[in-house]
Amino acid sequence: MSSTIDYAEVGLICGLEVHQQLLTERKMFCRCPAGRYTRTHDGEVLRHMRPTLSELGEYDGTALMEFKTKKNIIYLLHKENVCTYEMDDTPPFLVNQQAVDVALEQSLMLNCDIVDEVHIARKQYLDGSIPTGFQRTAIVGVNGRLPFRGRELSIVQVSVEEDSCREVSDRGHLVVWRTDRLGMPLIETVTGPDLFTPEEAAEAILLIGRVCRSTGHVRVGMGASRQDVNVSVRGGRRVEIKGVPKAGWAVRLVHGEAVRQVNLIGLRDELRGRGFTTADSIAVTSADVTGVFAASELTRLRPDEWERFVKTDSRRSGFELGAGEYCVRAVRLRGLAGTLNWPTQPDLTFAHELAGRIRVIAGLDQAPILYHSEKWPDYRGALQELRKIRSVLQCKPEDGVVVVWGPNEDTQTAVNEIRLRYLDAIDGVPNETRQPFPDGTTDFERILPGPDRMYPDTDSPPTAITRERVQGLKVALAPRPWDREARYAAAGVPARVSHYLIRRGGASLVDRLVAQAGADLKLAGFLIGERLKGLRRAGVPVHQITMERWLELFAALKERPVLGEAWDWIVRPMAESPLLTVREIVDRKLHGPEPADWRAAIPTAVEAVRSRLGGEDRPKLVRASVRGLVRALRGRVPMKDVVAAVTAAVGGHP
Amino acid sequence: MSQTPDPLKGYRGRARETLTRFGVRVWSDVHLENDTGSRFSGVILPRSETFDDLHIVIKMKNGYNVGIHVDRVNGIAEVGYKEAVYKIPEKEFPRQDSLPNVTLLGTGGTIASRLDYRTGAVIPAFTPGELYGAVPELADICNLQTKKLFGVFSENMSVEQYVVLARAIGDEIAAGVDGIVVGHGTDTMGHTAAILSFMVQSSPVPIVIVGSQRSSDRPSSDAALNLIHAVRSAAYCDIAEVQICMFGPTSDRYGLLHRGTRCRKMHSSYRSTFRTIGDIPLAIVGREKFTYLTAEYNRRDRTRQVVIDPVYDDRTTILYYYPGMRPDVVDAIVEKGYRGIVIAGTGLGHVNKPLYPAIKRAVDRGVHVVMTVQTLWGYVQMYVYDTGRDLMNLGIVPLENMIPETALMKLSWVLGHTDDRGEVRRMMLEPVAHEITQREPHNGYLIMQGGLPEIDEWIATHWK
Ligand SMILES: [Zn+2]
Repeated sequence: MSSTIDYAEVGLICGLEVHQQLLTERKMFCRCPAGRYTRTHDGEVLRHMRPTLSELGEYDGTALMEFKTKKNIIYLLHKENVCTYEMDDTPPFLVNQQAVDVALEQSLMLNCDIVDEVHIARKQYLDGSIPTGFQRTAIVGVNGRLPFRGRELSIVQVSVEEDSCREVSDRGHLVVWRTDRLGMPLIETVTGPDLFTPEEAAEAILLIGRVCRSTGHVRVGMGASRQDVNVSVRGGRRVEIKGVPKAGWAVRLVHGEAVRQVNLIGLRDELRGRGFTTADSIAVTSADVTGVFAASELTRLRPDEWERFVKTDSRRSGFELGAGEYCVRAVRLRGLAGTLNWPTQPDLTFAHELAGRIRVIAGLDQAPILYHSEKWPDYRGALQELRKIRSVLQCKPEDGVVVVWGPNEDTQTAVNEIRLRYLDAIDGVPNETRQPFPDGTTDFERILPGPDRMYPDTDSPPTAITRERVQGLKVALAPRPWDREARYAAAGVPARVSHYLIRRGGASLVDRLVAQAGADLKLAGFLIGERLKGLRRAGVPVHQITMERWLELFAALKERPVLGEAWDWIVRPMAESPLLTVREIVDRKLHGPEPADWRAAIPTAVEAVRSRLGGEDRPKLVRASVRGLVRALRGRVPMKDVVAAVTAAVGGHP
Repeated sequence: MSQTPDPLKGYRGRARETLTRFGVRVWSDVHLENDTGSRFSGVILPRSETFDDLHIVIKMKNGYNVGIHVDRVNGIAEVGYKEAVYKIPEKEFPRQDSLPNVTLLGTGGTIASRLDYRTGAVIPAFTPGELYGAVPELADICNLQTKKLFGVFSENMSVEQYVVLARAIGDEIAAGVDGIVVGHGTDTMGHTAAILSFMVQSSPVPIVIVGSQRSSDRPSSDAALNLIHAVRSAAYCDIAEVQICMFGPTSDRYGLLHRGTRCRKMHSSYRSTFRTIGDIPLAIVGREKFTYLTAEYNRRDRTRQVVIDPVYDDRTTILYYYPGMRPDVVDAIVEKGYRGIVIAGTGLGHVNKPLYPAIKRAVDRGVHVVMTVQTLWGYVQMYVYDTGRDLMNLGIVPLENMIPETALMKLSWVLGHTDDRGEVRRMMLEPVAHEITQREPHNGYLIMQGGLPEIDEWIATHWK
């Protein structure tokens, strides 16, 4: 029960599901433009998700849970980026083959075996994130591998699928989704469970990111890539931390989850030790104790406080709120004292696990969601009130107490959910999807769905992938990042710079410059990977510079390497004045080639500076003299020659 | 039904050969290895016969399906066999004496269903027990009985089915049910609603036709809510007529009850596809109550005697007029022995002059020709222009504001009774179930034009 653990000892295992949006013109199953986001909407639809019966005639575990939450779902629509397909009022059109091509490229990059016939499947999601209730998805590649830390990271599969909605709000029983992102094509790359420390997880995310970027056909920017990190420890179970936005977050999240699982296994042993082994052994009873808190100093529980909340937060009965009158419900947990404060994630306890389930499933989301006997708030009358509810519940000292509040029906759902969460605890770690937060903690999102939620999409025919098609893509395939990194490293390009170039797409430019303009790889890597950053940051539209112009520049550089020293002076007008040729820019900015008599003019220039500055601080004199000459000589004479000449001139006057 | 099912269902040619060679079949649990050594573990699925004969489809353990080219199959080893059992769990439908009795008649459309996770096939839930398993809310509404009359797709509904259906409704009414629900595919739901409006007259109880636009295997399906609305309408609604009950808006909000003779499917895929044409719907079916939008309807009355009149002559057709239509089309119809033609004319009910002689020939040969408008909304007013008056002189019967599909159904029904020109004319023009109305209310025609600022504002602030 500690926050520091030995990952190897606890048997930490991670795998990744990396999602990357593709740079296609249109969405995956309709003809809407992809990548056009809006902040407003001009239409709304209200829907509900109803679980469908699975093969065994039972509702799938996730499905059942989602149905219990009885969510009202609102979709925000905007004419600009959605049509009737996204709102599930039109069947899918044929799958976007451009998206399939990018997925094939990605599969080839990862050394995957390409599937011969791609079948669209439906993956059920009942949280409303997709209006149909399922995501259309298809495997295009399997069984890949890539070099990682001197070993291999296995790739289970690469699939192409449609993106989901963006959540706008989730209050009580009402969840609001924006549909602009819905239906955009993305690829999901699933790794094997081959990562053994939090750092490895983060590193692998970056590596796969570079593979995706290497294709040159993916989107960049906020939300364009997201990953799910699957974590388990020995004796635990797979938990999916969903939608980790940045690789760096993975380190704390994976660590936190490992600690959580170790602690939950400890709790399991504790519970079993106390004789909790069967469903019947968990006895949870509850009572309406609204009256106890009618005038409590714990104002959160007072009915008047609730009324104020309902009003100020505009919660409507039967919409955001479940059925029934306001109720404070006290829950007796028989024989479970001491478990509420059981540690889970670093700085969190088992009560947080209960709160997560109550928030999601019962729709009770007013902070802090619950109070409990092992961390009862401190206020005047606290002990008396706690004693009162314990006596109403006929608690014994070995019992724990939880208090929840809200619409009566929701509080009853909460009681049952508490019981179910303890039932899971007897078993150790439940399969869950958890939502990550910037502080490194996670919270319950939903029960992890099983393969039972996948079924064929009868709306879409399969696509045969011909060998010719695969061959064509193979020929045009960009270099794999690890091959490129090795080549760059051999040329002396630092790893940091080559990673940057691959991530930002500069590497393909560098390769073209080397191949077609005969540029030096190290120099091109430095100029494109390092020197361009400053201009980009200054807002210079360097992305508008065409390949032809870059080739022109690097041909000129090859002829006169010294031009590289006037980089900013040349590249800025290249971006801003597309009508000028590189030669014209050089002529205008640089007053011609190396002046034949530049050395002769140095002593005079140094003298002028010396008389202006006075004194005999020689380094200062050198600096000031060189600075004065830059305007006239940069890009014409190598600066190191200028410095040498100036130093000589300064030194000539002791 | 003694035919043995094909163990290689859907596989033809080389794919079939390959499966046979490795001694595996559909539903075999296999390890398949391809030429690069990738292993695919899962169940061999049946294949659609319309797909090529070059791929074997496997549902992998993770739920995804992939197709593997026969040229690349190195080996297939069977490790098990798991046939799909198409059976819905039955739970006994609870009976409560205090609740009304409703009968659901099935025609083949699936309203409730279970999904087969391996094939994606939809297995209809139909018996009360199955329906209860799928839509348990029904038990709070009524005591439900179900009868499967036939299993045909909506587009295959035809004269035999209409007659069987009308008779079955008569039987249920005679047996004393409180309401009848007819499960039906949506494509030709309007046609069935129209013909039933003529074949089943003066019903003492509601007859509610229902279906779904999103099949019930989808979490977002409209099926369950439509079924709940329809069953509630059959059990409690006061309107004892043939009605269609489907979504009002595309949002999960409420259903609308449309009169059987005035309702049309207006979008190929929207949930809110059914619209009353030239009038307003009968009622809104909300979660708690019915909101009646008109007082003009037959009220529920158990003492009223139903008239079942299931006759039909299918030697009828619709002629959808277009500019430049050649007269020989009409001649061809007549020559083939058709007895009735519904023209969907332009504007107020027009066709071009070159057609006149052909129409005259048809009428002279005893064919009954009636006129409706392809604008759907509005009346046939043939006396406005000379052309119209000429047509009437030829013997065409203008059908006021009867919608073309309803006119076809009614003409077929009328021709089942008589061939007498005067009698046909009288019956066609005498409304049985509001198929012709005397007045069109100004809100009976509303196709709001998107893009107009006031309409877009309304759309932005109301759940569609
Ligand atoms: Zn669209």
